[in-house]
Amino acid sequence: MPAVQETVDRVRQIDVDQYRYGFETDIESDKAPKGLSEDTVRFISAKKNEPAWMLEWRLEAYRRWLTMREPEWARVHYPKIDYQDYYYYSAPKRKELASLDEVDPEILKTYEKLGIPLREQEMLAGVVRPEGERRIAVDAVFDSVSVATTFQKELKQAGVIFMPISEAIREHPDLVKKYLGTVVPTSDNYFATLNSAVFSDGSFVYVPPGVRCPMELSTYFRINERNTGQFERTLIIADKGAYVSYLEGCTAPQRDENQLHAAVVELVTHDDAEIKYSTVQNWYPGNSEGKGGIYNFVTKRGDCRGHNSKISWTQVETGSAITWKYPSCILRGDNSRGEFYSIAISNGYQQVDSGTKMIHLGKNTTSRIISKGIAAGVSQNTYRGLVTAHRKATNARNFTACDSLLIGDKCGAHTVPYIEAKNSSALFEHEATTSKISEDMLFYCVQRGLSPEEAVALVVNGFVKDVLQQLPMEFAVEAQKLISISLEGSVG
Amino acid sequence: MTALLEVKNLQVRVEEREILHGLTLTVNPGEVHAIMGPNGSGKSTLSHVIAGKAGYEVTGGEVLYKGEDLLEMAPNERAAKGVFLAFQYPVEIPGVATMNFLHTALNAQRKARGEKEILTPDFLKKVREVAKSLNIPQDMLKRGVNVGFSGGEKKRNEILQMALFEPALCILDEMDSGLDIDALRVAADGVNALRSKDRAMVVITHYQRLLNYIVPDVVHVMSKGRVVKSGGKELALELEKSGYAQFDDAA
Amino acid sequence: MNVALAKTDMKTDTSRALSEAFANVRERLPGTGSVAEVRQRALESFEQQGLPHRRVEDWKYTDLRTSMREVLPLAAAPDEAAASRAASILKSTAVKGARQLVLVDGVYAPQLSNLGKLEKGLAIRTLRDALETGGEAVRDQLLSSKQSTDPMVSLNTAMMTDGVVIEVSEGAELAQPIQIIHIASGAVPAAMFTRSLLRVGNKAKVTLIESFVAADGAKSYQAHDALVVSVGSHARLDHVRLMEDARDAFNVSTAFVTVGAHSHFNTFNLTAGGQLSRYQAFIKFAGEHARVETNGVNLLNGTQHGDTTLFLDHAVPNGASREVFRAVLDDRGHSVFQGRIIVRPDAQKTDAKMMTRALLLSDEAEADNKPELEIFADDVTCGHGATTGALDQSLLFYLRARGLPEKEAQALLIEAFVGEAIESIVDDNLRDIAVGAARRWLAARG
Repeated sequence: MPAVQETVDRVRQIDVDQYRYGFETDIESDKAPKGLSEDTVRFISAKKNEPAWMLEWRLEAYRRWLTMREPEWARVHYPKIDYQDYYYYSAPKRKELASLDEVDPEILKTYEKLGIPLREQEMLAGVVRPEGERRIAVDAVFDSVSVATTFQKELKQAGVIFMPISEAIREHPDLVKKYLGTVVPTSDNYFATLNSAVFSDGSFVYVPPGVRCPMELSTYFRINERNTGQFERTLIIADKGAYVSYLEGCTAPQRDENQLHAAVVELVTHDDAEIKYSTVQNWYPGNSEGKGGIYNFVTKRGDCRGHNSKISWTQVETGSAITWKYPSCILRGDNSRGEFYSIAISNGYQQVDSGTKMIHLGKNTTSRIISKGIAAGVSQNTYRGLVTAHRKATNARNFTACDSLLIGDKCGAHTVPYIEAKNSSALFEHEATTSKISEDMLFYCVQRGLSPEEAVALVVNGFVKDVLQQLPMEFAVEAQKLISISLEGSVG
Repeated sequence: MTALLEVKNLQVRVEEREILHGLTLTVNPGEVHAIMGPNGSGKSTLSHVIAGKAGYEVTGGEVLYKGEDLLEMAPNERAAKGVFLAFQYPVEIPGVATMNFLHTALNAQRKARGEKEILTPDFLKKVREVAKSLNIPQDMLKRGVNVGFSGGEKKRNEILQMALFEPALCILDEMDSGLDIDALRVAADGVNALRSKDRAMVVITHYQRLLNYIVPDVVHVMSKGRVVKSGGKELALELEKSGYAQFDDAA
Repeated sequence: MNVALAKTDMKTDTSRALSEAFANVRERLPGTGSVAEVRQRALESFEQQGLPHRRVEDWKYTDLRTSMREVLPLAAAPDEAAASRAASILKSTAVKGARQLVLVDGVYAPQLSNLGKLEKGLAIRTLRDALETGGEAVRDQLLSSKQSTDPMVSLNTAMMTDGVVIEVSEGAELAQPIQIIHIASGAVPAAMFTRSLLRVGNKAKVTLIESFVAADGAKSYQAHDALVVSVGSHARLDHVRLMEDARDAFNVSTAFVTVGAHSHFNTFNLTAGGQLSRYQAFIKFAGEHARVETNGVNLLNGTQHGDTTLFLDHAVPNGASREVFRAVLDDRGHSVFQGRIIVRPDAQKTDAKMMTRALLLSDEAEADNKPELEIFADDVTCGHGATTGALDQSLLFYLRARGLPEKEAQALLIEAFVGEAIESIVDDNLRDIAVGAARRWLAARG
């Protein structure tokens, strides 16, 4: 309840067109030469001290990428990307940190400003802790490298591996080899293939059989450097009967030019395992004239490999100039379950084309899709989702509800579902609605004393409630604030 | 004494049609006025114009609230100053818990008046008290605003808000519509409990029935966008017998 | 959501063969001058794209490059034997009381058609006549499809051989329905390219039935049809299309409809025939306060593939549309439904709803649904729903417990299921005709 009040306060405080994470951190960085070539790939691999097999893997991806073409089916428009005009590797100078104290204080300050405490002692020092608040282990990725991962020791005790993927490649090569690229193959799509060639860091999580990860795991991604692409790669494995909840947040400085973000996330659940993956995506969306902003081309996919396993995606997408993202579930194991809960908000000149794929392969597999799209300003907001049941996916079940809300008459909200049933026992239900924010509802709120902006924030928060509920509490509060900020200036 | 509400020669159009053709009405603190009239006489238009709903064009006359020009104020400003409209058809707001809504609205009003925000424990206490007196279960307060409420529950929720916000002027628009006799009695008891010497009420209704429970000081008959007759509570009974037809010519 | 793109610059064998075919038959195709130019450009456009395939988003589920493979040569003009074969199937196809206009193997057949006693305000001529001697307005309208980039429309434009042009003048309320019947009679696999035009004047009222059937012995033919319709303002058009082509035939048909202000267009399509078929309708709201109901049923079994693609373009404010679609699939039947509703900027107060449901009777059947909303105006009420599933086992059991054999119990439930789409046919006679066609399919199923 107080969260809504906070939302309302936030709306009041913040001026229109202010991205609160738009500052820049002034630190020296170590960059690869601009542009993309085999040499760039070798450079990155060498920087990471990677084994030969990893370099080979990357080079193969790079060569394939050269033969591919950028996809054009999504409802997003942007000028041709010059892939030679980006830096593919940028790391804050000073490396090989022995402890958090060695992290550049400027970077620590950045994360503090973002509201992300990296210092474990600070987190632990919180004397009075509201009941139910969980501790969160954080991996912070700054441009191309991971700068700090907290709670490593405690996690280790539980047997959970949570570390930058670059370290995992060196320290747990067998695990990485076994799983990397098995959910999103290097040949999967243009952006994923590019990522496979040049990814520089990201998080690696392995939860061993029967372990319930003792805390939320979280990664905060920050693009700082100019003209830098960020290509992180995340790999999470929940072994038999394991459980992990993982959170991801992203921000970037305000810049006039567009920056590229092409991430890949792979999730694997074995028998009876569960992964809950939550994202609050708040990359810089560009200014009020549509200048600048992040191009966000992300491939996220989970493979429910085991029986009775479950993967749940929750996303709150408020940032980026362009979002191209379809967190998906391959329901391979019998009785496995996939979920996709999404809030996608677009304002200004933002373009969102996002949704999911639920691919039912196993018997008695179920999936659920709840998508809430909100378009304001002159933005375009598309839900695109595939639900498919293969011949052998007997008794597959899907329920999909996509609702879109339009605020203002210059924006667009679109729904593009693909529903494919290949056996008679599959039962699919899909419903979608599009409407504008109801004048009667707003008047009712205003008659009770709320300002028009407060009324919009309240009604929108009600509209997205089903999805917000899926987020871990700390994230839900943050997401709620973000929603109102994102809709700033949308009521005329 | 300044009148609480003064409506002077009010003319209002909706799209191209004039609905109110010079309506005049004065309400003093402590008074309960009933406005009766057939469908289409402009009763709901009057309530919407006082509350500030969009889509009504005031082409003439004025509305003063405590001597101030009400029509110049934004709807939420009017609410903060004590104008409350109990809606004929309260809307449903999915996903917004009633308790949350009440808290947000109350604090918005208090802030607008430069008062301190009400603390959560005080607020909860207050809501519980009022809810209890109106026979509103706690469970209802956890549900989305009016979502899935019965007709009676919706009206009780309106009265709950009225009690909570403590407005100076309450406009009750067709409070009896859709209520059976028991629900009506509960709602009316709630309203009567809020009668005070500082607070005025304008009860808009089609039927005399409601006025058996909320006994007015003054009864006005509206027809075709004007007040055509005013009198004491006995006027309502007279209307019950003879109907509205007699006023058609007067209008 | 396909990623890799096809190499579109490589000409397929089909399109090469087609260019040659076009050169050979050019003399037989009506229209010279500007008409011939439009044909030439359309052919070039088709050649550039080739037969549509799964990487073309609009044809994602109906890949003609793999399933149709080639465009057959133009059918020969029907001879007397063909006409007599056509006459015998005509008997069972002709709707009683309707005015029949018959096209045999893609050519207007005057001896089988009825042009007698034209009602006041009704004018009918052949496409050939209209393209050769018709006024500019009619010709422009017939060729208005050139704005479409759909390769199959381009192909039709290039090759259209005959059809009928029906004009109903302002205020004319036709009591007698018009039935256009396409009969394939040829024993040799061949292609027919037809195009018809219906102009409904302001305040006019028309009922149109289209039927696609095969005469005995017709084999592996391809029917390529287009229908251009303009409905004026305050007008009314009731339309039913029944596609009961031969089980080894291909049918690719396109309808272009514009609906004027305050008009009412009620349309229904039934796809029960053909090996592979696509019916695509582009319906545009050209004036405010128009109402459109588009309903359809795909009844497919064996290895039939039926694709119904509807595109509703709310280009102006205050339009209302309803789409109800049902598919019933048995054996290895494959149904595709793509329903796209677009609400253009400023088309405020649009009220558009779409519901599509598929019933799978077999584990080898497939139903693909793509109900799409594309919305650029805010004050709208739009929605769609889609379900896929099997027959309700508890209902089936209930009926069997009451003594019905399984097939009959199924038939009863299927009829009720498709009935939801058929019910929205406003005209009683047309509804009966649609019910009849659905029952024919059920009866044939045995």
